[in-house]
Formats: sequence, structure tokens, C-alpha cells
Amino acid sequence: MTQTEPRNDWETVIGLEIHAQLATRSKIFSGASTAYGAPPNAQASLIDLGFPGVLPVLNGEAVRMAVRFGLAIGARIARHSVFARKNYFYPDLPKGYQISQYELPVVAQGTLDIVLDDGSTKRIGITRAHLEEDAGKSLHEGLGKLTGVDLNRAGTPLIEIVSEPDMRSAKEAVAYMKKVHTLVRYLEICDGNMQEGSFRCDANVSVRRRGSDKLGTRAEIKNINSFRFVEKAIQYEVARQIELIESGGKVVQETRLYDPDKGETRSMRTKEEANDYRYFPDPDLLPLALDEAFIEGVRKSLPELPDEKAARFSSQYGLSPYDAGVLTASRELADYYEEVVRAVPREPKLAANWVMGELAAVLNKDNLEIGSGKMPAARLAGLLTRIADQTISGKIAKEVFEGMWAGGESADAIIESKGLKQITDTGAIERAIEEVMAKNPGQLADYRAGKDKLFGFFVGQVMKATQGKANPAQLNELLKKKLPG
Amino acid sequence: MSHRNSLTELAIGLRAKKFSSVELVRAYLQRIETSQPALNAFISVTGTQALEAAAAADRDLAAGRGGALAGVPIAHKDLFCTAGVRTTCGSRMLDNFVSPYDATVVAKLKAAGAVTLGKLNMDEFAMGSSNETSYFGPVRNPWNPDFVPGGSSGGSAAAVAARLVPGATATDTGGSIRQPAALCGITGIKPTYGRVSRYGMIAFASSLDQGGVLTTSAADAALMLREMAGFDPNDSTSVDTPVPDYVAALDAPLAGVKIGLIKEFVDEGLDRENERRIREALAVLERMGATLREVSLPNLPLSVPAYYVVAPAECSSNLARYDGVRFGHRCKEPRDLLDLYRRSRGEGFGSEVKRRIMTGTYVLSAGYYDAYYLKAQRVRQLIAADFKRAFGEVDVLVGPTSPTAAFRIGAKTADPITMYLNDIYTIGANLAGLPALSVPCGFVDGLPVGLQIVGPHFAEARILNVAHRYQLETDWHRKTPERFA
Repeated sequence: MTQTEPRNDWETVIGLEIHAQLATRSKIFSGASTAYGAPPNAQASLIDLGFPGVLPVLNGEAVRMAVRFGLAIGARIARHSVFARKNYFYPDLPKGYQISQYELPVVAQGTLDIVLDDGSTKRIGITRAHLEEDAGKSLHEGLGKLTGVDLNRAGTPLIEIVSEPDMRSAKEAVAYMKKVHTLVRYLEICDGNMQEGSFRCDANVSVRRRGSDKLGTRAEIKNINSFRFVEKAIQYEVARQIELIESGGKVVQETRLYDPDKGETRSMRTKEEANDYRYFPDPDLLPLALDEAFIEGVRKSLPELPDEKAARFSSQYGLSPYDAGVLTASRELADYYEEVVRAVPREPKLAANWVMGELAAVLNKDNLEIGSGKMPAARLAGLLTRIADQTISGKIAKEVFEGMWAGGESADAIIESKGLKQITDTGAIERAIEEVMAKNPGQLADYRAGKDKLFGFFVGQVMKATQGKANPAQLNELLKKKLPG
Repeated sequence: MSHRNSLTELAIGLRAKKFSSVELVRAYLQRIETSQPALNAFISVTGTQALEAAAAADRDLAAGRGGALAGVPIAHKDLFCTAGVRTTCGSRMLDNFVSPYDATVVAKLKAAGAVTLGKLNMDEFAMGSSNETSYFGPVRNPWNPDFVPGGSSGGSAAAVAARLVPGATATDTGGSIRQPAALCGITGIKPTYGRVSRYGMIAFASSLDQGGVLTTSAADAALMLREMAGFDPNDSTSVDTPVPDYVAALDAPLAGVKIGLIKEFVDEGLDRENERRIREALAVLERMGATLREVSLPNLPLSVPAYYVVAPAECSSNLARYDGVRFGHRCKEPRDLLDLYRRSRGEGFGSEVKRRIMTGTYVLSAGYYDAYYLKAQRVRQLIAADFKRAFGEVDVLVGPTSPTAAFRIGAKTADPITMYLNDIYTIGANLAGLPALSVPCGFVDGLPVGLQIVGPHFAEARILNVAHRYQLETDWHRKTPERFA
């Protein structure tokens, strides 16, 4: 089976359910800590353990975060929403039910715009976003035939973000997921850590003949925790469904799991085996009532959102939409860029090139985040200042940058100690040109005979003689004057 | 000092140092021990802890400290979690469960100085009207050991009626305080839903469960309830309004108080002798200046079917946490997860609990939810509206507490519907969340019957006042079963 985009006579329809763990300090219905990595069950209170007699109390911070998200996607914030119980038995679900929102979610009907490969934007509908508690984890390793249960994660607040089936390719699905990922981190409601499971998704995938307005039967791929896996899982699933239908088969409604090692999805349970969750309003929790003052207070606290910031970067700094998009992909990156620009206000484009180019490359190589502190914005700005005031050329700057990254020194210190300051003294450049002309009489003769290409040869030789420090513009001008004789 | 003193008299005597708490507790422990074979009112007796607590209370009293119930012996229905003490809920499922924490009610009564003598027998998970579903065997009625004490708080009612404790905690989901109070000839109040914290009170049906007290008189109930009522941040459904001094409000005259006899309660199911006792009681109230009229609540006859949808639905979910994984009964040598669930629950729960779990699972199932659960909730709203309308005309509503006096042990166990109809007059107050109490108002064939008084939301002071004035004029509440006199 091939795993490329489907052939043109098939259309893919994708909807995503994204689970984002809210960055509250305590759990959604108990006071236990949500910190990651504690020994098993060290952060499970009696409430998380579902002990007899205990009751849930809603964490107001989780509500505030959900409302932040709702306002950021232009959604309707429910003045009245209801917590419901989703009933099923599983060892990592201590109460035998998950507290979630069912008929009346706190957030409904929002949208997010994604940028497609051709540069156009597409609007993705978000049906709803609701609050719920996470389950614990079953542990199978090191316990022989037994299964262990770790309830540290049980009761961690989640927001489940359900999209409309608006995406038409795996790429669009990834773009949407990345957009949500960016947004929740901007809003500081989720740390976005996919390895720790803070941000994961279920993908509903179906295919239909192009032109058909009827949705095909969908399969739900559960619990995918990386952008790459989302893309691969969807591609695999689409190919599987098309092949199945084309060979006379039928897609069945089922839940599937993506196996990243084998690169395939496989059936977990069919619709017939699906649980009847017997949702009903949780009688232990009152309906969640939000008033205008609360919602307006949250609205006022919203930061500048990614799309707004990108638009501002374009207009304020003259950046292309692409560059503005890259630089606003995270709040940390955008803040870093703006700090650099504040130090070299006349060079926003130069700053963008360096942040997206050299800096991004070394960060990527050393697997570091922008916030790692290894290259403070002020230090990078120090380098750009020297490019801007022509103390060094762009080429020398790369050498200086390498030194800064390796040794943590300032640009000025490296320029000084290595003597990299650009030569802008016309007399000195002229002397170097004359020496080069004297050493290369043959090439000079050829040039004068009309071999213009040799101009570059002389630039190179002078640069070599000056260890690259000659000011390139001056050098060009002087060569043009001197070479013709 | 003797068991013939009321709880209020004992509290006063202790404060006046007429006797010590240790003496009092010893005497009661002796009575409990002697009566246990005949009544089976207790599941656990905590003599050692009680004597320690009594000694501490005596020290407090000697130092002029201690709360309103300093040194007063009480006992808890065995569904209130008590730290370090077995809390069984009358079930094999929790036969081995030692609670790691105190219920809010337990903590409040402890803070008021009350001394706990033990844990009282009850119908399994509070499901029953005769205390015959207890895993620890039936409780017997102190008035005649061949008869039931009522349920589910049968142990609490029998213990108070036999003067084994001057007061006991209890809970009422559909009549579980008032019906046993009536059948044992004592006073019992179920407060407004939300008045007493449910935290640490093992749930049967969360939207109906409410903690309350069983005592020999309304005055004692007022004192004990005052100490255990109040807002609890651990219970989202508890209400944050101040608790009035119920004791101070007891003596208000009844002149001008408008009393409504619920017309639908004087039906063909009501024993005629019982009806006579009710009418005699109403005549007493009229003599004291109250005005009496008949009031119709047309939807009230629907309360039993509505209740037997809502309560099992909630119970089916509430009892899902008893899965053999973290606490409670676990079957021996489970083969796999399903076997662990099936046998742990199969062995741990009795037949009435299973019946209700199955009923509840059914009414919440896909395709049945609207027809049963949703319709029952609508009926519930209609009943609440009936009460609201009635309280526009009268101050309190009255009627019988149960259709008949106590019945013989085993007489109704074969037919659950007959058993359920015992609660026909009590369930309405639970569905509407209203405060209601039962006071003894005479005897039918040597067995006590009760008058029920229902008030508007948070009108506990009013119904206790009416009950107290009635008890000033009558001495039914002073009658004690001969062998426990």
C-alpha cells in the first residue's frame, strides 16, 4: 500500500479531536498537583482515587483557561454549561465514569484559519471545546503478568477541541493541529508537550468519490501524539480505505490505533463493540454559570494572538507573510525577535534573516529551544549592530556568530580579539589591489582584453589578501576604477 | 443521669458537671452491648475510642471549654466515613473498608464535642425501606422484635428508640430518615438538599441524598442539626447560607401558622387507623392556633415511579467505583480484568443493590434515556412546582409519614414494588429538595406511626418549631419500648 496523497478521483475528509492538557497547578476536581513525573500515585488524592464519599469541586482556573481558548477562536461562550458523567469500566478510571461535558459544552462554534501550501488560507470550523478530566495510566512493564495503575494523571484538566470535518488532506490536518498547538501555548493554557501527552489528538478519517456530497463511513484513529504521526496515520488510513472500497469492500465504523513502529493503523473496536456511555448530568456538580463580567475579564486578559501578531509583523517590520508566520509560530520566538529588533530598529529584515537562518539552524542542530538562553537577544543584536554599521561584512559575521555560539562571547569581543574589523580605509584597499594586480599580470592582461568574468577573480584575491575584511562595496568600486588601467 | 434524659438534657448536665462524659459513655456502651443480640442496631462499636474521646471531653468541660455537644454520646449511620474506623455502608463490598478520612458531618459533630460510640446498621448502600438488605443482618424494631424498624436508617432509628444513644446521624434519599423514625416512634429530620454536607457520606443517589438526624424529640434534633449543618467547600451542592439557631426558634407560637394537609396523601393506601392518628395530631395543632386546610399536589402520586428512575440511574453510576481495584471486596484469584469486575461486584453487592444498578443502567441506556431518565426529571420539576405553589398558600404541609406502621420482617421482601410503596409519602420532599421531618403521633396495634411535616426550602427552623410545639402538647415522643425503658 502506498502512503502518498490519494489519487484525484477520491476526496479525503478529516476532523480532529484534540486533547490539550490545561496548565493548571492542581487537578480539575481535586487539590492534587498536576506536575509531571512524580512516582506512581504520589499525586493521587482521595478524590482522584474515587474513594467512597468524596466529591468533586471544580477548579476555577481550568474554566478560565477554557474560556480563554473559546474567546481566542471567536467562539460562543456558554453562560450555562453542564458537566456530565461518561460511564465505563476501566482500571485507570477510578470512579467508573469520566466527568466531561456532553450536551452543553462551555465553548461552541469557533474557527481557526490555516495557511495552505499555495499560500492561501482556509478556515476550519471548531464545533465545540469542552472541559473534562483525564484518566490515569495502566502500567504493564516490570510487573510480570500483573497490570499496575498510576493515577497521577487522573483528574488532570483537559480541554477537548472538536473540529468540523473541514480538512481535506493529511497536510491540512497537520497545519490545523499545529495552529491549535501554537494558540494554546500563546494563551498559556497548555505547555504543548506532546511527548508527555499534554497535547494529543484523535483523527476521524473518511473518503468519498470526488463530487459526492455524502460523507463516507469514518474510522477514528485514537491518541496520536506527534505531528508526524498524524500525517502518516492519516495517509495510511486514507490509502487503506480507498484500496478497501476499490476492491469491493466496505469501510466499517470503528476505532483504530496507529502503530508508529509499523507505520499502520489497526482495528481496536468496532461500532458494535463500542460502549454505551450512558451520559447523564453529574449530580455532584452544579451547572457551570458564567456571567458577562467574568467573560469580559478573561477577554481583557488575552494576549496578542498569533494571527494578529503576524499581521502586525508584516506591516510594522515589512516582513513577508511567510516570515511573519514563522516568527510568530511561538510567543517566545516572536518576543525574541522583537527584542532583537528593538536593539537594531532600522534592520528588521536583517534581524528576521538571522533569527530564522543562522540562529534557527544552530538551535535545531543542538536541539535547543529559543528560550534556552544560549544566545540572548541582546547578544545577537550586538552582532547585527556591527553588520549594520559596516564594522564587519555579512560573511565575517557568520564567522563571528560561530565564535559567539561556541564560546558565549559578545560579537565585539570576538571582532576585537580576532582582528576581524572591516577595512574601510580606501588607501589600504587600494594598496591591496595594487599588490594583487602586480602579482597577476596575466589575468590583468586578459581582463583588459575583455574577459569581464575575471572581475570576480580579483575580488576574491583582494579579499583573501585582507582576510575577508575589505569592505565589499568599497572594494567593488575601487576595482572598477583601477583594473581598466 | 440516665438514658431517659434527652440529648439536650445530657448536654446541659455535662456542662453543669452533674455527671461526666466517661460515666455517660460507659452506661450507653453497656446498653448497646446488652441490646445488640436482640436488635442488631450496630455494625461496629468503638468503645475504646469512645472512652478516650469522652475523657478528652471531660477535660474540656472541666476547663470550661468544649462545643455545644461536649461529651454527648452519639452514633453514625455506617455510611458516614470515619477516619480509622471501618465504614461498611451495610455491604459486603465495604466489609473491609477503613476510611482514611472523616466525613464533614463526622468532623463537625466531633468539633462540637460529640463522642461517637459506633457505626449503625443500615440497608445496603441505603437501598431499602426495612433494613433487611443489610449484609450484617436485619435490625429489629425495639417495639416488637418480629417487626422491621424501617429503613434505610433502621439501625439509627432502632438505637435511638431503644435509648442506646440519645441521637444518631442518618441519611434520607427517599424517606430513609423519616420512615424509620415513624416506625420506631422517634423524631427524624431530613434537611433541605444542600443544607448538610454530603462530603464523606457514601453516595446512593447524589441529587437526592441528604444527611440528617434521628433523636427522641424535635428540640434534640434542632440542637444536633444546628451543629452539623452548614456550607462545605468540599461539596459543590452544599448551599452557602448561614445556619439559623434552630434551638432558639423552637418556641415560637403556632397562632396563625397555616398548615396544609396534602390531599393526595390521604389515599386508599393509607391505613385507616393511621389516618385517625394523623387527624388527631392535626386537631392538636389547630387547638394551638394553627389553621388547617387541605391542599392538592396533583403530580405527587408520580413521585414513586420518577424516584425509581432517577435514584437507580444515579446509583448505577455512583457504585461503579466498587470494582475490586483500589478498595473494598476483591474476588479471589481473578483470571482477568473482566473476571475481577464480575466476581468482585457479583460477590460484593446484595440483590437489591444489583436490582437498582441494573434498573439504573437500563434507564440511562442509549434509546431509553429520553423515555425514562429525562421524563423522570420532568416529573420531578412538576412535583417541585406543585410544592412551590402549595407553599404560596400555606407555611407547612403535613401528612402521614408512611402508609402503615411497621410490618413483619420478611413480609415484603418477596415483592420489591410493595416495598417501594412504603416511601410513597416521603419521596416527594427528596425530589423537590425540601426539608421534612417525622414526629411520633400515636400507635396502631401497639406500633408507632408518624406525622410528617414538610417546609419550604431552608425552613428547617419552621418545621422544627411546629414539631416542638406539638411535642409540648403531646407525649408520644416520650414513649419508650417497655424492654428498653
